[in-house]
Amino acid sequence: MAIFLNKDSKVLVQGMTGSEGTKHTRRMLASGTQVVGGVNPRKAGQKVDFDGTEVPVFGSVAEGMAATGADVTVIFVPPKFSKDAVIEAIDAEIGLAVVITEGIPVHDTAAFWAHAQAKGDKTRIIGPNCPGLITPGQSNAGIIPADITKPGRIGLVSKSGTLTYQMMYELRDIGFSSAVGIGGDPIIGTTHIDALRAFEADPDTDAIVMIGEIGGDAEERAADFIKDNVTKPVVGYVAGFTAPEGKTMGHAGAIVSGSSGTAAAKQEALEAVGVKVGKTPSETAQLVRELF
Amino acid sequence: MDLFEYQAKQLFAEYGVPVPQGKVASTAAEARAIAEEFAAAGKPRVVVKAQVKTGGRGKAGGVKVAENAEDAQAKAEQILGMDIKGHTVHRVLVEEASDIAEEYYFSFLLDRANRTFLSICSAEGGMDIEEVAETNPEAVAKISIDPLTGAPANVAEEIVKAGRLPAAAAKGAAEVITKLWDAFAGKDATLVEVNPLILTSDGRIVALDGKVTLDENAEFRQDLESLTAPEEGDPLEVAAKAKGLNYVKLDGEVGIIGNGAGLVMSTLDVVAYAGEKHGGVKPANFLDIGGGASAEVMANGLEIILGDPAVKSVFVNVFGGITACDAVANGIVQALELLEKRGDDVSKPLVVRLDGNNAELGRRILAERAHPAVRQVDTMDGAAAQAAELAAK
Repeated sequence: MAIFLNKDSKVLVQGMTGSEGTKHTRRMLASGTQVVGGVNPRKAGQKVDFDGTEVPVFGSVAEGMAATGADVTVIFVPPKFSKDAVIEAIDAEIGLAVVITEGIPVHDTAAFWAHAQAKGDKTRIIGPNCPGLITPGQSNAGIIPADITKPGRIGLVSKSGTLTYQMMYELRDIGFSSAVGIGGDPIIGTTHIDALRAFEADPDTDAIVMIGEIGGDAEERAADFIKDNVTKPVVGYVAGFTAPEGKTMGHAGAIVSGSSGTAAAKQEALEAVGVKVGKTPSETAQLVRELF
Repeated sequence: MDLFEYQAKQLFAEYGVPVPQGKVASTAAEARAIAEEFAAAGKPRVVVKAQVKTGGRGKAGGVKVAENAEDAQAKAEQILGMDIKGHTVHRVLVEEASDIAEEYYFSFLLDRANRTFLSICSAEGGMDIEEVAETNPEAVAKISIDPLTGAPANVAEEIVKAGRLPAAAAKGAAEVITKLWDAFAGKDATLVEVNPLILTSDGRIVALDGKVTLDENAEFRQDLESLTAPEEGDPLEVAAKAKGLNYVKLDGEVGIIGNGAGLVMSTLDVVAYAGEKHGGVKPANFLDIGGGASAEVMANGLEIILGDPAVKSVFVNVFGGITACDAVANGIVQALELLEKRGDDVSKPLVVRLDGNNAELGRRILAERAHPAVRQVDTMDGAAAQAAELAAK
């Protein structure tokens, strides 16, 4: 089962012919993902060879879907063109759009999110500024290394890419049902709550790890959600206790403003609803380990 | 990035938002000259305002009314060089004093929770809006803005009504709000705040103050460079930015280099915990060298960190996801050689933790090179403890 992505997922790559797109398409294919096409209007009709696998390039997302039955798109196009790329995916009504690109202006993200809502919310958006998601052993949509861990019964949702990798590595012997990197921008599509809801419903997930960081109140809202809606054990981790007020810490959304968005407030909110929160990534992994 | 008040007001004026007439001075003599110009135009009374990117200027004594040019010079002398919450005042805005009848509050900002924008409007302006929201929540209207349509006249009128602005101000305020939206959207702002937005005795709506934050991700279509003041920020931060590094100066002793924003934030925390056992040693900085972790980026990062006199030890924390640890290890070795060749001092202890993709190979490369400054620890917690201990010595 897993969430959002499985062995039957057929993946398009917008920006496949760019350097990042090419590199990660090769990696996605190597990990068994069904990459069925690239999208680039200037190269439509061409084929790109990835170590013996020929992947066709389509002129648009809609064309690619019509030709291949694709239901997922992974977007690597540069920030300047990302808004149009996401809107194209939304207009084609593809089921899942994974926006890897970092550096998209927040006005553009707000606009494509509003557009998706206006179009009836038919496309799940993950990201932007995220590593994508992986269902180990089945499919990999994005840039998460596929060889860190094996299939298992932990579900993971995280704002941070490298902390996702770190946590998957620490718990590699137990394995993961799905790991979802939701991204570090101030406005993102899929949230902690969306992933928690999906993991709660997923029969292949027994426990959930939720990684947050400073900025906004997504973790506090997730805590509220967990209280009434999640019966599976949740272990949390929050990064950024030492972050000073008013400074952006790498991710555009990672900023403490005044007294809001602090790591301490997030930890407190999670603990108040019974989520065990680790002080360090390895302590967090240990808390998960105790559940298995 | 945050703008100074005078920059925010220039931006407002560009979009037709009424602001008081004023000019910026960096010396008291300049402030006097500006006040003399106002006096010659029949407006001897001016306000001298400290230009710092922090709140609470008024309470700190950074905003003063001057009755004439001589007084303006005296007030500027008092304000220039002042420290307001760690911000040194390098400039003052000298502007015509306004004849205030009423003060309101208005802002557009990012609404992260609802993935959209929000406007906040209140007839109770001039004070801390969070305080008003707490003591008198009904006086603060929050209206969601559709990013696709913005704040045209009908939306602006709704906002003004919800904020309970009086009839005398309603029409003018709504017009200003639409113009502020144009500025907010046109300049890729994440915050435009006017507090107070005033009604003058002669019935005009004027933005008496302005706070604007612009989205750095929009740099490809906005001119942010001309808005950056040269003396701004910590010198190490300025140097790091020039090298394209994602660096934030902190006040501790353990230099930090890592890959990925989340992992680096986590590294700071883990070092701070470890430091509790070593006399309160803390991280000296945030530095995310990103996915690539090339030798050049590593060298640039190490140069900045080793150039910080507060740094006693350095913790390099890398998890090889897509990046292979052998490439990172080679990067560290080459970076140290590069710095030694430049004549930089690389004797501060460097605690390195490599994990993930090709970690074994990476560790072997560092072990074989056996640089006297480098020591390896296999776990993040262990490495943080050692880096903290070394910094406490």
